[in-house]
Amino acid sequence: MLKYILKRLAYCVLILLGVSLIIYFLIRLMPVDFIQSKIDAINQGGATVSEETVNAMYEMYGLGDNSFSGIMKGYFNWLGALVRFDLGTSFVYGIPVVDVILEHMGISFIIALIATVFEFLIAIPLGITAATHQYKLRDYVVTVLVMIGISLPSFFFGQMLKNTLALKLGWFPASGLVDATSDYNFWGLMGQYVSHMFIPILTIVILSIGARMRMTRTNMLEVMNSDYIRTARAKGLKESKVINKHAFRNTLIPLVTSLAGLLPSLFSGAIITEQVFDLPGIGNIALDAMNRGDIPFIMGYNMFLALLSVLGVLLADLMYAVVDPRVKLE
Amino acid sequence: MKNEKQTEKTSAKGYLTGKEIREIAKANKREIKRLEKYKNRKAKVEEFSTKMKNPDNILEIEDLNTYFFTEQGVVKAVNGVSFDVPKNATVGIVGESGCGKSVTSMSVMRLIQGPQGQICSGSIRFNTAEEGVVYDIAAMPIHEIHRIRGKQISMIFQEPMTSLNPVFTIGQQLDEVSFIHSPGISEEDAKAKSMELLNLVGIAMPERVYSAFPHELSGGMRQRVMIAMALIGNPRLIIADEPTTALDVTIQAQILDLLRDLKNKIDGSILLITHDLGIIAEMADYVVVMYAGRVIEKGTVDEIFHNPLHPYTIGLQKSKPTLDSASDTLFNIPGNVPNPINMPNHCYFKERCDKCTAKCSGAYPDMIQVSPTHYVACHLYGKEEQNG
Repeated sequence: MLKYILKRLAYCVLILLGVSLIIYFLIRLMPVDFIQSKIDAINQGGATVSEETVNAMYEMYGLGDNSFSGIMKGYFNWLGALVRFDLGTSFVYGIPVVDVILEHMGISFIIALIATVFEFLIAIPLGITAATHQYKLRDYVVTVLVMIGISLPSFFFGQMLKNTLALKLGWFPASGLVDATSDYNFWGLMGQYVSHMFIPILTIVILSIGARMRMTRTNMLEVMNSDYIRTARAKGLKESKVINKHAFRNTLIPLVTSLAGLLPSLFSGAIITEQVFDLPGIGNIALDAMNRGDIPFIMGYNMFLALLSVLGVLLADLMYAVVDPRVKLE
Repeated sequence: MKNEKQTEKTSAKGYLTGKEIREIAKANKREIKRLEKYKNRKAKVEEFSTKMKNPDNILEIEDLNTYFFTEQGVVKAVNGVSFDVPKNATVGIVGESGCGKSVTSMSVMRLIQGPQGQICSGSIRFNTAEEGVVYDIAAMPIHEIHRIRGKQISMIFQEPMTSLNPVFTIGQQLDEVSFIHSPGISEEDAKAKSMELLNLVGIAMPERVYSAFPHELSGGMRQRVMIAMALIGNPRLIIADEPTTALDVTIQAQILDLLRDLKNKIDGSILLITHDLGIIAEMADYVVVMYAGRVIEKGTVDEIFHNPLHPYTIGLQKSKPTLDSASDTLFNIPGNVPNPINMPNHCYFKERCDKCTAKCSGAYPDMIQVSPTHYVACHLYGKEEQNG
């Protein structure tokens, strides 16, 4: 088992190297120039920047040479710093990339975590009832409702919720994380967080239930038609026990492994939802960094997600061995 | 084709029009709704209690109809089947694939997959261990069925490879039966019972099998586990639905020996479903021959094997491979089982029968009694009827 994990981790390192190379090249080829926009900003202010200063700035940020060898050199510089656990300094914020990520990751993570918990808590029972009442009214109602959920675009649905719950009814604040008006003690601050995060979380949960519910329903139906469910019934088990013990335990296998696959999405931030509700989450920051060509931050952020993705895949495989006795890892 | 006289227009065209499909769907929906309501109704015990016609029988099936409501029409998988299972006897049901053997046995266990499959009419009277308590299984609401399943009647399925739950150990799955049928039993007692039965069905290392998962066992072992599981509730009737089909020949022989031994040990009856006449000859006391959802001949094993009357039974006997026959080719009955939708109202075997007479185009033949135990549904033997 340990040998298997170590072997997989070694593969992960190789994959991450490839991923970092590709991302670095793509970013360097992006038609966004951080220096140019910075100089434009200075020029707009009325001052002029000499050619020498501009070149010096390009050199300072390591963006002077855009030939293949220049980009390669930049990549290895970045890699060399990474080996010393240094992700570099964000162009935009002027502080280490790690600090930027840490500062904004928390809020995104909490929103994603709460939303995922609710997603599973709601979607799994819905999927099971839909499957056990297949082609009956309950199945149709559940399926139609979650299909509506899947089909709504998040920018539209988020905006709609915001419009009704926050702006028209005034039950919840419309945007941001804290009202700017006053000082809060600890509990007051917590209350602010909860009320500000309510609509974003609601949006994400409603939009994501559908896929999970369909997955549960499909798996449950497959399991319910299998021979061992017939055996369980023939034993004299009550139908509720057949469903909740024999069938559900088998449906759980793909669900648990899909949970491990969700690892990166817990940290990646919901870009559009954060935009709609103006939350200072990592998704919002990452989009901004992309627009402004903040190369160290984009590299750091994407490599962090890549790391979580490969670890998530590894975790999913390990979970298989835990929940399914037929799977043995070699 | 000789059966042009079919009442439905469908056969004439060979396909269904959209209108016909909608009509079928509508009729099916109505019928399924009625039957599902009946199945899920609340009922007092008296409503499904009844009396045996012959108290020496353990199971009496009378005029059982189990239909499948499909998009093409109603499939009468079991069409008026009647037979009895006496106490301490083995009754074999034979017939080719698709003749309704398994559906009959599933009906007894009420395991027909709804909502398409439904028991439409008939009675399945089961004589329980308690004196004088007889249930009509066909009339039982589905939530009362736990009175029967596992405890009174248990079932061995034909697919040992997939019939055990892959995520629970053999021990967990065996103990569960004890927990269902002996409420309050301690875990040690349940385990002791499971171990005892694993020993009984001839598993060499019961301790190891007890803690193993199904995928770690061979097919024969799994079938033994299934048999052990069927026995834990001390059932009075065991339904074995082709218990040896998926196993190789040596294991088949072992499993059959085991079943025969067990019948003596448990003092119960066995309903054995198979298409293998050799197994029937070896195991059964009584034989029921089914064809296209109907019983066409029934009698003692001696009568069926030494004095088969129905041309189909005779054909089955002839198609059995024997070592001493000089012929290179096996005998086979020409033709196929007819399409189960919209069966014509004449003998279903007519098209394949070599003894067909003019009378065979008439109504479906009634069951004719030729000896106290021997019945056949064929016009060749219906002399009394002719007179009367």
